Amino acid sequence: MRITVNGEPRQVADDLTLMQLLQKLDLVVERIAVEQNRQIVPRSQLAAQKLSDGDVLEIVTFVGGGSHA
Amino acid sequence: MPDTKLKIGDREFDSRMIVGTGKYADLHVMARALEASGTQIVTVAVRRIDLSDKSSKSILHYIDPDRYMLLPNTAGCYTADDAVRTARLAREAGMSDMIKLEVIGDDLTLMPDPVETVKAAEQLIKEGFTVLPYISDDPVMALKLQDLGAATIMPIGAPIGSGQGIQNLSNIRIIIERAKVPVIVDAGVGTASDVAVAMELGCDGVLINTGIAQAKDPVGMATAMRLAVDAGRLAFLSGRIPKRLYAKASSPTEGLIGK
Repeated sequence: MRITVNGEPRQVADDLTLMQLLQKLDLVVERIAVEQNRQIVPRSQLAAQKLSDGDVLEIVTFVGGGSHA
Repeated sequence: MPDTKLKIGDREFDSRMIVGTGKYADLHVMARALEASGTQIVTVAVRRIDLSDKSSKSILHYIDPDRYMLLPNTAGCYTADDAVRTARLAREAGMSDMIKLEVIGDDLTLMPDPVETVKAAEQLIKEGFTVLPYISDDPVMALKLQDLGAATIMPIGAPIGSGQGIQNLSNIRIIIERAKVPVIVDAGVGTASDVAVAMELGCDGVLINTGIAQAKDPVGMATAMRLAVDAGRLAFLSGRIPKRLYAKASSPTEGLIGK
């Protein structure tokens, strides 16, 4: 299926969970947040949450910044 | 002289300086500057993870979580909706409900959008966030946000990154007089004397990023800023003499010879 991750289209296997996707992307779950179709997916639900075709994901973390950085 | 701690929401801090982590040329220097500043709160921004380049070390690698509290901001947001969305992501990523609310209204001045800031603050406070709003040096906005339940008032001293120091002393004084929550001057601080002025006025704290990060020697400037916070705070607590138009002799005027 096709999903969009941080603005980039991606082809991924069907039946993937969010946690499996994060592992595929080599991301550590610490200090990140995931939004699926504009809904935040709490850390505790990442392992259970399935992806669907056409999903739009935002995966964010913290970067350096003061004001308007 | 005994001093109270800086209280933001339900947390207390010994340091009265918040330091931003943007614009550092070298993250090792940033880590040393943070240490030299004595700060206990550092601001960070929320951004997409770069999925193509995971080689560069995250800034979080240089910020000891036992020593510094991360204060995420909504920098880069221009609408209340974007700011609320960013704050929610920050809470999930940082597991803290404190957010520095920043909604920009103009690219040239980077001044806050007051309408969107109030809208976002209302929503975030309703959702249980501890909101630290970035505002112009406007006493009406300060009171409005205080009444909404903001944890601090963060008026600009001067535009972000401008290093002009506090431009409207009267407005900042009025904000301090009327505020029941901490007043933290955010932005515009260029050097130690700017910090001292803010603290002498009675500000509860200052937020500094560019002034330290872009100094020739950020570690030296961070030290100077720390000393200025302490000096200004102590001067405020000690009660300055009133300003006068004419001189007042400081030696006795009695017992002069030849009289």
